[in-house]
Amino acid sequence: MNEIEKLQTQALTEIESVTDLNQLDQIRVNYLGKKGLLTQQLKQLGKLPAEERPQAGQVINLAKVAVQEAIESRKSSLEDEQLNEKIKQGNLDISLPGRGGKRAGLHPITLTLQRIESLFQQVGFEVVEGPEVEDDYHNFEALNIPEHHPARAMHDTFYFPDGRLLRTHTSSVQIRIMQNDKPPFRFIAPGRVYRCDSDMTHTPMFHQVEGLIVDESVTFAELKGLLIDFLEIFFEKELEVRFRPSYFPFTEPSAEVDIMGERGWLEVLGCGMVHPNVLTNVGIDPEKYTGLAFGMGVERLAMLYYGVDDLRSFFENDLRFLEQFH
Amino acid sequence: MKFSENWLREFVNPSVDSKTLMHQLTMAGLEVDGNEPACVPFDGLYIAEVKTVAKHPDADKLHICEVDCGDKELLTIVCGAPNVRAGLRTILAKVGATLANKPKLEAATLKGITSYGMLCSAAEIGLGDSNDGIIELSETETVGKALKEIIDIEDNIIDVSLTPNRGDCFSLRGIAREVAVFNQLKLAESPVVPVEVTSKACRKVKLTAKKECPHYAGRVIENVDASIETPLWISEKLRRSGIRSINIIVDITNFVMLELGQPMHAFDNDYLKGDIDVRYPKDDEKLKLLDESEHQLKSNTLLIADDSGPLAMAGVMGGFESAVQTESKNIFLESAFFMPETIIGESRLYGLHTDSSHRFERGVDPELQVSALERASELILQHCGGEAGSIVEMTSKEDIPKKLQVILRESQIKRVLGIELDNSFVTETFSKLEMQSEYKENQWYITPPSHRFDIKIEVDLIEELARIHSYDAISVATPSNHLNMKRANQSHYSIKQIRELLINRDYQEVITYSFIDPALNNLLNNKDKSLVLANPIAPELSEMRSSLLPGLLNSLQYNIKRQQDRVRLFETGLVFKGCEDLKQNSHVAGLCYGNIYRKQWDKEEKSTDFYDLKNDVEALLSSVVETARVDFKSAESEILHPGQAVDVFIDDKNVGCFGQLHPKIATQLELNNNVYLFEFEIKKLNKRDAVKFQAISKFPSVKRDISLLIDETIPLEEVLSCIKNDASEALSNLELFDVYQGEGIEKEKKSLALGLTFQVTSSTLTDEEVETIMGNVLDGLYNKFGAKLR
Repeated sequence: MNEIEKLQTQALTEIESVTDLNQLDQIRVNYLGKKGLLTQQLKQLGKLPAEERPQAGQVINLAKVAVQEAIESRKSSLEDEQLNEKIKQGNLDISLPGRGGKRAGLHPITLTLQRIESLFQQVGFEVVEGPEVEDDYHNFEALNIPEHHPARAMHDTFYFPDGRLLRTHTSSVQIRIMQNDKPPFRFIAPGRVYRCDSDMTHTPMFHQVEGLIVDESVTFAELKGLLIDFLEIFFEKELEVRFRPSYFPFTEPSAEVDIMGERGWLEVLGCGMVHPNVLTNVGIDPEKYTGLAFGMGVERLAMLYYGVDDLRSFFENDLRFLEQFH
Repeated sequence: MKFSENWLREFVNPSVDSKTLMHQLTMAGLEVDGNEPACVPFDGLYIAEVKTVAKHPDADKLHICEVDCGDKELLTIVCGAPNVRAGLRTILAKVGATLANKPKLEAATLKGITSYGMLCSAAEIGLGDSNDGIIELSETETVGKALKEIIDIEDNIIDVSLTPNRGDCFSLRGIAREVAVFNQLKLAESPVVPVEVTSKACRKVKLTAKKECPHYAGRVIENVDASIETPLWISEKLRRSGIRSINIIVDITNFVMLELGQPMHAFDNDYLKGDIDVRYPKDDEKLKLLDESEHQLKSNTLLIADDSGPLAMAGVMGGFESAVQTESKNIFLESAFFMPETIIGESRLYGLHTDSSHRFERGVDPELQVSALERASELILQHCGGEAGSIVEMTSKEDIPKKLQVILRESQIKRVLGIELDNSFVTETFSKLEMQSEYKENQWYITPPSHRFDIKIEVDLIEELARIHSYDAISVATPSNHLNMKRANQSHYSIKQIRELLINRDYQEVITYSFIDPALNNLLNNKDKSLVLANPIAPELSEMRSSLLPGLLNSLQYNIKRQQDRVRLFETGLVFKGCEDLKQNSHVAGLCYGNIYRKQWDKEEKSTDFYDLKNDVEALLSSVVETARVDFKSAESEILHPGQAVDVFIDDKNVGCFGQLHPKIATQLELNNNVYLFEFEIKKLNKRDAVKFQAISKFPSVKRDISLLIDETIPLEEVLSCIKNDASEALSNLELFDVYQGEGIEKEKKSLALGLTFQVTSSTLTDEEVETIMGNVLDGLYNKFGAKLR
């Protein structure tokens, strides 16, 4: 059976030297296909005497298996090589930037407003809005600031010729909401406000968030709890917070809230218990309900949070400034 | 209000340092705004009298003076001040003196004459701004006395910012009362002793406007010497309170105002004719005020007048003619109570804000007038001599603010503050605050003192308790919650979504002022009348925006000037349309300028064009409204390029527009590249209904692509709607995938490549069925547009 050994050796040599999957397949056809050289040998078994056939058949089959295994193994190594080559070609400079449009960003005041809103929404505050061109009643009168009240002088109001005005605080929204609904109330009113004042530390337009709870048992102690929580979570650290007596016509008692900064106390909030006159003005019985209210300057909080040192930069809209908040 | 710490300590002197004292004030609600040393440090300064003055032989402007400073021998001093004269009392810096940490003063030789010291101006020793000459002192100052024995060097000027409700703290005594409460001390107060009446001189007073001036006290003092210099201890206290020294009489009235809180006015009695009347102006009356401004008096100006006419604007400022001068011999002192609202109206009407009006606006103790008058009289008699006439007092009892009794229910303390306070603490606090109180049946009946007119209702008392207890000592509680869900505010929600979408498409959010430049406004919108501010902060910030575009264009210009060549911005916010019938609606607007992408390594640079903008607009709209409800129509717009202007409709309502900024406007704004803009009203965009699920077909779809040759002027939309019209419901998708003009295509024609997909839910479409539909479609296109297959 020298013939078989010769064929096997010849096949194994060819398999060894092949470099291409197609050629390898051709070898398979040449030796193991229907008309392959080894297959042919099997067909010739019939010519042998019956007693020799089994052994001769086994020899041929062993050779076929050996060739088959060699092909499989060569195939898998060729496939590996091919894959490696493909991978090699796909190696990129992954440090090149991604292609296409980039993302821009929100204004830092919007970002700050969104943080404030989400914190208060967590504890059940609704977010409400109101008009910016207001009338005297909603901005002053209903908030216990009658025409000759000295507090009006602190407001530097922008007026229109017909007596309407630009709201000086978002407190005007409380009146609109409370007039149109029934207690309990729990909402914040974010938005633009306007004061006729412009210098290093004042811009004629800025943002406030006014907050209010009116319910049957709201207390000053709760006001403190709520605001201390808010400030610590907003600034993401434990803070030294103090409440000191102040005055707003629409709250009594009234307080300013300071936090300890690097260079001393910083005023961040005004707050108090809703003045009974305000509740009466919107048809709520102050004997049944009490309320807490607070108001904060968004720019001030944003300046402290981001370390911005010039208030005016918020409204210059210089891309080099805005892009820092992406 | 500014005041000297040491002066405060004359009234009440707690054993706490300045820092603690200021902390106490702030925590009492009298916020300390700032503090500074009262004067520059000095030593070696003495009161001196100039004995002789001779001209310097070699220098025109210098004098050689012999000066007595209490030593045995006179000192020779060379002085260049124009006001140096024999007999003048002034301040001498002796050899060895130090001033403001400068080196010690040495004897100096000036043009051959040695000066053994220096006569000082007020500015040189930090006692004022005046540098015109050497300081002139009262003859009552003792020659040879060290200056530091007369005025405190170790003193602070404290500036407190008073809230409008605490008019009672507009005086040293008022602040001292608060300090006493917080330190468990009593005020060191010398009761005011009435001066001896030694003159019969008297001037009658009548209160025509008794509602506005329910209490008026006045007195004549005769034969005063108003020419003397104000003693240093007075003028220095005034200076440390931020008040300039005028003359001895005015200085004394200001001193009493600072001390007690009662603004006063002194008239030259010899100028007055007949009775004093507090009244409103008669027709056509005029008044020249102390600051020499002349006013035609408006009808609601409260006046102090005599028989010959107006003398002073009540509570605000005295008249020029009737003012006390250094030559005045006889004076009439006024100490009155004016109603706060009257003075607020008056000072606002004339834009006059004085120390006096400030106090009357916040409220003066209505029981203070006579004692303040006595105190001023005492000081005047002491320093200027003279004989006091008796006090004339006119009162309209029914118009004086009543002392109210306020009831505090025990239960209300916990209800408002959330903490319990001991009854003994409550009673004691009211007593410290000089409030009369009586406790019965769980209630306190409180009558506040006349200076606490701000206490009107129960919560005012609760605030006082909280304040004295200390806000910081009130324990902290967590608000309880009614856990009721609320319907989401839809427009708030869509603004959030739109913002998020726009930043993801590389539009930077900006926030611009709501008031804009009329010129820019006019350039972009000359049809509608804008709402204009009566008192804008600047002319270029005077009109309310009726569109967000002016603000965006302004920001664009700002950034181009700062070397940005690619700008993509958006803003959301209210715009203001109409005047009487004003609409305040929330808009979103955006702008792009320059390349579509930031510079990148393997993309060709390409300028943004209309279709880039349209893609952004479509994305924006699809985030809030179903595409099928949106309609784009060519717009006629003054601000957009006539060929690239689109009005957007949702359910046939105009919701906004987009397109290219009109090249004419771009040129006027000096913009070199095209600008693309969009603006929408947010409320109108929010039209998305809940999605209704539709079954997906189990059967395969059939696709047919066609390439049409058609007139270039025919809009795609017409082609699409023609196809949709002619195809049956089997057409499940229709898309354009190429538009071509150029080589191989006739002039004025274009080639449109369209993909049609057919699919039904009930069966697989046969080729014949699809061919029939396609036949109808192509016939329709040919009949309508003459379109042929390419």
